[in-house]
Amino acid sequence: MNRKAIAAAFPVTIPVLMGYLAIGVAFGLMLQSIGYSAPWAVLMSLVIYAGSGQYLGVSLLAMGAPLTQVALMTFIVNFRHLVYGLSLLEKFHGMGARKFYMMFSLTDETYALLSSARPPEGIPARDFYFWVSLLNQSYWIAGSLLGAMAGQLLGFDTTGVDFAMTALFIVIAVDQWHSYPRHLPALLGAGATLVCLLLFGAENMLLPALGVIVLVLTLARPVLDMSPAKKGAEAP
Amino acid sequence: MTPSLTPGQALASIAVMALVTFLTRALPFLLFDHGDHPPRIILYLGQVLPPAVIAMLIVYCLKGVTFSTPAGWVPALVAGLAAVVLHLWRHNDLISIFGATILYMVLVQSVFA
Repeated sequence: MNRKAIAAAFPVTIPVLMGYLAIGVAFGLMLQSIGYSAPWAVLMSLVIYAGSGQYLGVSLLAMGAPLTQVALMTFIVNFRHLVYGLSLLEKFHGMGARKFYMMFSLTDETYALLSSARPPEGIPARDFYFWVSLLNQSYWIAGSLLGAMAGQLLGFDTTGVDFAMTALFIVIAVDQWHSYPRHLPALLGAGATLVCLLLFGAENMLLPALGVIVLVLTLARPVLDMSPAKKGAEAP
Repeated sequence: MTPSLTPGQALASIAVMALVTFLTRALPFLLFDHGDHPPRIILYLGQVLPPAVIAMLIVYCLKGVTFSTPAGWVPALVAGLAAVVLHLWRHNDLISIFGATILYMVLVQSVFA
């Protein structure tokens, strides 16, 4: 009954298939390198389902972070999702029980596809959106499982694989540098964190860094807030 | 490597990550689904916070860098620059991430071992 919707959704998701398999494999490898085997990787990709969030999660598990820090860091790294939903309110309207899954599965890539892709003629839009989301998560879970199993079975030296997290954030930063009209937020983020690293040390740097960032950005709003003039300037 | 957390503690951490991630995605629907307009300050922070947070996380990732020996900072610097250059050159996330990570692994495992 849903075959047509799946057939329509699949081609749209192929770029995400490539990306999620690869980034998922790296996640599985990283998780395996800190002593968590394949079932853990699958569990995290099933219930959390967030790229940068799970990469950071590996680091939080590795250092045995207290739950309050886990909650705060997860919130910070996912804060951008707070604005994603706003532009999809209309699209998800009337999706019933599936709306719960649509909200849960709203990753960056799924958001990008749902914002831009149009369902083909004759395919109910809501079925199409649902399958785009579900297919994407299935790729992510498959990638995580592959990575964790590869780490376990092949047994190669995974020292340094955690640099995938650094590289992921660098890639996002390079993209943002091009797409954002102002560079002050990025420079502030790096500068404030560096100062907090020197002042408070590696263990306690993040909370003060985030506080300074939010405070300065709030104070700088008259300079930086250009949303009424340029509505199209929002980042993807 | 043996995990530093008990399985129960790890499960609790994962549950918190799952719950908080879901909240950040569901809140706009819960708060603004009835035609209310979100506060401007939220929209503003939603625009300017992401690049600041990503920059913060890059510094966080590099917190283990030390300058007492070349092995403490050269691999991260070289691989980090490689990620930037690869990304400016090819504009392909996967090439940039995997190229830089493999380079880093080779550097820490063989060159600066």
